[in-house]
Amino acid sequence: MLDNNQLLRFTTAGSVDDGKSTLIGRLLYDSKSIFEDQLEAVENTSKRKGHEGVDLALFTDGLRDEREQGITIDVAYRYFTTPKRKFIIADTPGHIQYTRNMVTGASTANAAIILVDARHGVIEQTKRHSFIASLLQIPHVIVCINKMDLVDYSEEAFIKVIEKYEEFSSKMLVKDVRFIPISALNGDNVVNRSTNMDWYQGAPLLHTLETLHISSDYNKVDARFPVQTILRPQSDDSNRDYRGYAGRVASGIFRPGDEVTIMPSGFNSRIKSIDTFEGSVEQAFAPMSVSIVLEDDIDISRGDMIVRPNNKPEALQDIEVMLCWLHNKPARPRAKYSIRHTTNEQTAMIQEVIYKIDIDSLERNHEDKELGMNDICKVKIRTTKPLMIDSYRENRATGSIILIDNTTNETVAAGMIV
Amino acid sequence: MSKYYLNYLDELESEAIYVLREVWAQFQNPVILFSGGKDSIVVTHLARKAFYPCKIPFALMHVDTGHNFPETIQFRDDLVKELGVKLIVGSVQKSIDQGRVAEERGKNATRNALQTTTLLDAIEEHRVDCAIGGGRRDEEKARAKERFFSHRDDFGQWDPKNQRPELWNLFNGKHFEGEHFRAFPISNWTEMDVWNYIKKETISIPSLYFAHQREVVWRQNSWIPNSEFLKLEENEEIHLKKIRFRTLGDITITGGIESDADTVEKIALEVSAMRQTERGNRSDDKRSETSMEDRKRQGYF
Repeated sequence: MLDNNQLLRFTTAGSVDDGKSTLIGRLLYDSKSIFEDQLEAVENTSKRKGHEGVDLALFTDGLRDEREQGITIDVAYRYFTTPKRKFIIADTPGHIQYTRNMVTGASTANAAIILVDARHGVIEQTKRHSFIASLLQIPHVIVCINKMDLVDYSEEAFIKVIEKYEEFSSKMLVKDVRFIPISALNGDNVVNRSTNMDWYQGAPLLHTLETLHISSDYNKVDARFPVQTILRPQSDDSNRDYRGYAGRVASGIFRPGDEVTIMPSGFNSRIKSIDTFEGSVEQAFAPMSVSIVLEDDIDISRGDMIVRPNNKPEALQDIEVMLCWLHNKPARPRAKYSIRHTTNEQTAMIQEVIYKIDIDSLERNHEDKELGMNDICKVKIRTTKPLMIDSYRENRATGSIILIDNTTNETVAAGMIV
Repeated sequence: MSKYYLNYLDELESEAIYVLREVWAQFQNPVILFSGGKDSIVVTHLARKAFYPCKIPFALMHVDTGHNFPETIQFRDDLVKELGVKLIVGSVQKSIDQGRVAEERGKNATRNALQTTTLLDAIEEHRVDCAIGGGRRDEEKARAKERFFSHRDDFGQWDPKNQRPELWNLFNGKHFEGEHFRAFPISNWTEMDVWNYIKKETISIPSLYFAHQREVVWRQNSWIPNSEFLKLEENEEIHLKKIRFRTLGDITITGGIESDADTVEKIALEVSAMRQTERGNRSDDKRSETSMEDRKRQGYF
């Protein structure tokens, strides 16, 4: 059975040369998500630039600087819907200096589309994008071998890419990888099945996106509920005694009657009810926003976590993190940063850089330990108070952190707990 | 067997509620920017759900251009009364009278751009540290780059090239005195999603969204409503048409479309078949290719 009417978030990393913008334009155009006034504007621009026909890449045009330079600088979000699903595309630039944007787009994605130019095959950039997809634990990766029209729709070219790809990706942790031969320019295997590649028996890209099994992408095992805020009516008499812990289920399933432990205090209680505006519900799972009422009156505040007594996250002050540095100001050794983990905020210090990943060769570098913009390093972090953590591999929601520089208030780093 | 996934509309709702609760937890004095349009009505509805059984803990802030549809103002006042929330009105007319801004001149003069000054003045006067808006990323190319939590410097300006990265759902609302944030809980919604949600939740919206008979003038490819502010140009004449509005803004620049859709169901059906973007009828967006980006940089909604 299809998971109808679900929301699928996917990211596309790549540069103009890979045909990324053309592919997105093609998806939007062939799925009839382009409005007439947008089409008209793009037709006019195409004509002005001397292109024949409609330049599909123009549908993803962004800010003024990006248009002038013909590049994507920032993550742009685009939307389209088919009768089967709603899609959110995080359109990110693919160049090495924009690693941080790729990481940002990947952080919320169910799937990643990695574009390979059929003429050039697997290149450094392909490896980099795949590495980021695996680092961010994107559950599904779709490798689109584009520009098949320029290699005479040859099956050999397609197979060569698959072999090369599997060679280098065997060490990476992506559970679900698929390969699709396409021509974004001509529309082969994007929305409609290609008539030029009879040797390809698989589904076109859109059909693949519509049918990916994403219901299991959220962790349904480990019950974690980070408390966002406390709902306590002040004036209204009928509800004056109400005390609900508002939040969004990070993972697992909660039900009324469940025994729970509050972390970090360690107090135990039982769930009295799980409430929404529409009334109480029988169960809450990720990513539902609800309000939990407990049997006992316990002191709970924002940043605490409601979990099950027999399945608790670790409460640790010393954690190892794969850290991606996002800011143009490099990390200051042993400086203090604010660390945000779920709704919890503490102070943290980067104690040690263990190694840096060379983003092109994917080798570990134990010598160069400076953390500059776009660098990805394994580090040791110490926090002033324990964080209730899971490893990122097991739980994206309770395994992720950001660092904030208190002197500028800027978000400077994103981390995946090892 | 139970299903353990949400459909897309429930997931969008859950995300918006999460954003609204983060705003409440991270800021001292947030407000909802309320225009009387469907997006801000949906945001207000979501806030009601996010904090239930408590009242909405935010005031509603309305930037009044003085060129209103009377129906919008009536709707606003009724809603404020029903919710028991505080209403803050920033008046563009007052900004003009005080000499803070000057009326535009010329044929297509509007008060649209003047709103920015009034908005920023109201934010400063009421010490607002986060203004929650109904902006959606699908509306316009500059908005496609917006964050859920979007920083504004102490001049109220947006710097699109220097935005804070936003990963997972870890939002950073830290700011210095005098700076503020804009928060966009329905960033990921499309026009269609908004209508489907209004239908599902049976949310009341102003009568202007439904097809009705109205005096209009054909201008810049859309039907502009007749009002006391409208100056007829040569060759223009007033028609009586059955129209409805896809967006609501200043009465002088909001164009209607001919339509028979007089229920939410019919509107949702009409929107799903629509071949023009909703802002296609907003002359404020037609001024140049980057008009939204330019206004947003200065502090516009």
